[in-house]
Amino acid sequence: MSLKQIQQKIRQIINNPQLSYRQRMHYLAAQAESLLEPPPISDSLQIAIEQQVICDMHEGPAPHRPRYLLPDYPKAIKQGSDYLELDPPNNLVEALNFLMILYTQTPSITGYPVYLGDLDKVLAPFVDEVSDAQLNLQLRLFWQMIDRVLPDAFVHTNLGPEDTRIGRAIFQLERELNQTVPNITLKVDPQITPNSFLEEAVKTVFVVAKPHFVNHPMMCADLGEQYGVVSCYNSLKAGGGSHTLVRLNLKEAVKQHQGNSSSFINETLEKYVRLTLELMEARIRYLVEDSCFFEHNFLAQEGLVSLDRFSAMFGIYGLAEAVKLLMEAQGSLAKYGHDAEANQLSYQITDRIAALVKEIPLPYCEGNDGFAFLHSQSGIDLDLDVTAGTRIPIGEEPELYEHIFAVAPHHHKFSSGVSDIFHFDDTVKRNPQAVVDVIKGGLAQGMRDFTFNLASNDFIRITGYLVRKSDVVRLEKESSRYNSTVLGAGSEKNQGVTKRNLKRVMSHEQTPRLG
Amino acid sequence: MSKPLGLVNRILPFSAVDGPGNRFVIFLQGCNFNCVNCHNPQTIGVCDVCGICVEECPGEALQIKASGTEIEWNKSRCLRCDNCIKVCPSDSNPHSQWLDVDFVLEKIRRSASFLSGVTVSGGEATQQPEFLRELFHSIKTDSALNHLSTMIDTNGSAEISIWKSLLPFTDGAMVDLKAFDNQIHQKLTGNSNSQVLQSIQHLQKAERLFEVRLLIIPDLNDHDLMLQQTANWLCQLSNNIRIKLIGFRNHGVRPEYSDFLEATPERLDEIRELFQGFGIQEIKVI
Repeated sequence: MSLKQIQQKIRQIINNPQLSYRQRMHYLAAQAESLLEPPPISDSLQIAIEQQVICDMHEGPAPHRPRYLLPDYPKAIKQGSDYLELDPPNNLVEALNFLMILYTQTPSITGYPVYLGDLDKVLAPFVDEVSDAQLNLQLRLFWQMIDRVLPDAFVHTNLGPEDTRIGRAIFQLERELNQTVPNITLKVDPQITPNSFLEEAVKTVFVVAKPHFVNHPMMCADLGEQYGVVSCYNSLKAGGGSHTLVRLNLKEAVKQHQGNSSSFINETLEKYVRLTLELMEARIRYLVEDSCFFEHNFLAQEGLVSLDRFSAMFGIYGLAEAVKLLMEAQGSLAKYGHDAEANQLSYQITDRIAALVKEIPLPYCEGNDGFAFLHSQSGIDLDLDVTAGTRIPIGEEPELYEHIFAVAPHHHKFSSGVSDIFHFDDTVKRNPQAVVDVIKGGLAQGMRDFTFNLASNDFIRITGYLVRKSDVVRLEKESSRYNSTVLGAGSEKNQGVTKRNLKRVMSHEQTPRLG
Repeated sequence: MSKPLGLVNRILPFSAVDGPGNRFVIFLQGCNFNCVNCHNPQTIGVCDVCGICVEECPGEALQIKASGTEIEWNKSRCLRCDNCIKVCPSDSNPHSQWLDVDFVLEKIRRSASFLSGVTVSGGEATQQPEFLRELFHSIKTDSALNHLSTMIDTNGSAEISIWKSLLPFTDGAMVDLKAFDNQIHQKLTGNSNSQVLQSIQHLQKAERLFEVRLLIIPDLNDHDLMLQQTANWLCQLSNNIRIKLIGFRNHGVRPEYSDFLEATPERLDEIRELFQGFGIQEIKVI
């Protein structure tokens, strides 16, 4: 890039009327980083990146903070922070103040904290002596502060699986405040989480399209009791996180492949899995060995994160198109989500990827015994004509249960998150228990994450994060809202959506670079 | 011994509006009432194989079976134009099929982990009591299904002996009461309400009355005096009776009834307050 071109890019950011001051700063920093040479990689990897088979999520060439970082908030609350010059909080007001300060000092790929902690547990020591009125007032101010000070749709808190006073107060507050931030996940254990609490959560979804519901026993088995769901559908160890996320575009991988589906699974797939891991390793080494984040950052120094609880995320997407192309190559029109043969092929592909990822070690990934976490990546808005993760293409979803039966067998393989979104019509509003039944059924079928939305509420879920409909102008028609997988750079309409997002609340992860 | 067949109009594996929680719903074909407000009039009649729909089907998807007792529906040729329903002189349709209990049970089994229960609706469910009894009996004696609640959505016209045969395997009934006044009931349904009132009483005593559904059609059955009589009768049956007020909507009703007034939300609110005045707590308004 010539100096003139660089200057032009910088001016485009500085003079962009749709960006707030802070958003301009964010993109300016990314622009500066983009001028650096990336860590050295092999020629074949370079080619795979150029062919868009492998994507670094535009994280930037010089990783200087982990992509996702999950501080151990209960520990911070107990020990205070030397760096922040804060004593351990003694009451609710002090605790909320302490947390807010800590949040602003917690980095991530978005520039904002992606994890606010399991707030029902973090705040539990302070609520017994507080009246309902005081609790509601303090939480309301805290919630407004979070939304206004951390205006990014990937800021995420967790609740459950226990039914708590704080959890109920937060759901009530969510329904009243109608805020995009924070995103919320409810951990569900059918043995622990009562139906009445699940109904509270479901009623909250009716209004604000959150929380997500996750399979707590499955998460605990994979990640241990101390885990968090952060950003959008990323489940990781608390007190740790993920260095990076690199994703493999299965559709493009199939396009580079000559031959049938079994040679794809046995040869081409292995080649690209290895190349993806090569890029992950290069990025992890730069972060840990060159930028030395874990030596310099106070979160690591004070033990609020520790390197041995980190790993990195191996993402995949475009499974539906990969299956379609492979079936077509053998003269079949069978489609993922609809035909047993195509579904079987999809399971074979993810089985093979999961096996390879567990065979090929990565450095500094002790958080997952030295291997990457597998992740079904839910898309960024530069994606065009490719379906997120392991989802069934939008508009092609089969009937509800068949949809769940088709996708559920993938879920157990993706310990760092997988997502499928279900849409219900408004009749469920009068009967939240009906949705609770479906969620529990989905978890019983082996789903890890369950997200649903109503056609009618004010929030739109683009790929996993929320946009408020009233923030979105010139929306064409109902159906276009869910074309989230084709929110691509080339599409005039979809670029429109990107621009419309650039309001006070940003979705930095989903919009890693401009235009 | 072969299991009884049911004439099934439609199966919905997911419904949030047919009882508590998520329900698998079986709509049986054929009803002994002829209600002015019926939203699915094509479920009222039982096909007499007159063949008119076969003649009128633009997709040639229908033909009379060789046996002459049934019309065969070729789903792949069907244009979903519903012309067959429009031309049927008997308020029936050729899409209903005779299904055996095992076939329906297999479908329920596939959906079971997502369900609170199974509801049989209609048409009028109790018009096919053998099928209903066998289905519910099978659910309650199958270890993979017996967590499901079994509910009947009914017009309440079944004889007490039929209820007695069904209730051992039935968790609850949702009963429509179109009018407490018999003359108005006659006018709205073509039938007397005396059996309906007896059914409600019987189900309440047997602790199987899930809810009573009261249809509200302005100027036809929403006179305060009758509503007061209704409320008085219901609250004497039980002080924790659950009722649902259903405002008339003309969507889907037959053309001759489509100019009836729809109930306004304000009127429904007034009626809710009237019932609350009698100490009835659980009132849903739709």
